[in-house]
Amino acid sequence: MLRVTGVATRPNFALDIDIAVGKETVAVVGDNGTGKSTLLQLIAGLHRLNRGHITLDDVVFDSPEQRNFMAPQRRRTALLFQQALLFPFLSVRENVAFSLRRSGTSREAADAAAIAALNRLDALRLADREVGSLSGGESQRVALARALVLAPRVMLLDEPLTSLDRRTRADFRTLLRDEFCSLAIPCLIVTHDDADIEAMCTKEIRLERTTGFEPATLTLAR
Amino acid sequence: MAERQAPSPFTDMNTDQTADRSPASLPPVGRGRRHISPVSLGLSVVAAVAVAFVALPLLGIAWRTPWSSVLEQLSSPAARAALRLSVLTSAVTALCTIVLGTPLAWLIARYEFVGRRLLRAIITVPVVLPPVVSGVALLAVFGRSNGLVGRMLFDTFGTQLTFSPLGVIVSQTFVAMPFYVLAAEAGFTTIDRRFEQLATTLGASEKYIFAGVTLRLAAPALLAGVVLAWARALGEFGATITFAGNIEGRTQTLPLAVYLLLESDPSTAYALSMVMVSVAVAVLVALRGRYLRGNR
Repeated sequence: MLRVTGVATRPNFALDIDIAVGKETVAVVGDNGTGKSTLLQLIAGLHRLNRGHITLDDVVFDSPEQRNFMAPQRRRTALLFQQALLFPFLSVRENVAFSLRRSGTSREAADAAAIAALNRLDALRLADREVGSLSGGESQRVALARALVLAPRVMLLDEPLTSLDRRTRADFRTLLRDEFCSLAIPCLIVTHDDADIEAMCTKEIRLERTTGFEPATLTLAR
Repeated sequence: MAERQAPSPFTDMNTDQTADRSPASLPPVGRGRRHISPVSLGLSVVAAVAVAFVALPLLGIAWRTPWSSVLEQLSSPAARAALRLSVLTSAVTALCTIVLGTPLAWLIARYEFVGRRLLRAIITVPVVLPPVVSGVALLAVFGRSNGLVGRMLFDTFGTQLTFSPLGVIVSQTFVAMPFYVLAAEAGFTTIDRRFEQLATTLGASEKYIFAGVTLRLAAPALLAGVVLAWARALGEFGATITFAGNIEGRTQTLPLAVYLLLESDPSTAYALSMVMVSVAVAVLVALRGRYLRGNR
């Protein structure tokens, strides 16, 4: 169970939140500037809470009152953005193997794991392609492989389907849903598309901006 | 100039996505049907004069270069000393620029702090400062007898910057570094920060991210900056002659040698000039993606 409770203030707004996500996929929705991306960054450890705590089962990610902050490098939270953001100076395999190489796995073992991950996503044919030559859908598939190789404990997706064309989007949506099912970890997905929510999500976290200097709050639906 | 056939309305000549596509908008310059009005004819004539003004002197150097004996001219003792010194000092300058300039560019690009704009302005001053004044400024600080730091250096280490190759490097670095810093800053600014966020979540340490992600993403911009700074260092004249002097084999770089030889041995001066023209053209070609393409 992933729990996020507390307040995070950013330059132009405050996020006041209290959510619990089990082994399920939840949609994070809300207008621009309500802190959807900030929520994901808090969980990933790219921002810190001002007060409250973030825990995954009995692991504390962030708890400012107890001066407890787990480095983002150790959280194993996988990020997926609207753009694939593959490192242009690495090959497809090296991109996928990135997290293993950083944790000290040998080149050969990391490469083998990368091949296995690409194979699992039915993307083995991309293994020896140039990163720059991949289409949007292919890049995103490689980015997903790179995320999965991390053996993530939480998946965080920030509009991962928005920049794909309609057909690729449908394919990728199915792929994501199947992967989430087999992963059985908390998955948060920021999206504006009802079709995404329909296909993948069991519930919805709605962030709302209230008037004046009131912080953005959230409601749970479904 | 013959009028080109107007393109068919079905092949959209407007490839720029951001341009207005409404039928009322004018076709972009140079792409559509050419109509030569008296005004554009007049402007073209003046433009032709401008091109001739820049191109003719360059051709003049090529014309005066003693091509049949160019190798002998370039291997005369004075020319060889100047070539050697210039290659050596400009290479060290490029290195100093990278070592000193990269952290500074990164700081300016990444952090919002009081005095950031002022810092950038100070760093940029040598670009617009008359080079002689740069030399005078360096003398004021690094001069052996009157310079604050210069006297200290001489008293403690016995190092003298003026009239030494080290002084040449100091002058060149002073004048050329801003070109690198500004290019590098632009490079760091345009990097998508999410690459670094991703690398963080994938377990990369801060040190690795700087060296293995940020620097590699910025590499093309950094390289362009180095080439630009190096070219500027190679051509440096005013600050060098003022601060380091004009001693053959020690501080007489290519431009200084050309200036001196123009009286005594003009053909060698032209041969050396031709070398520098070639380098300048090579630099432009190397950076063609950045400076030759323009905006369309």
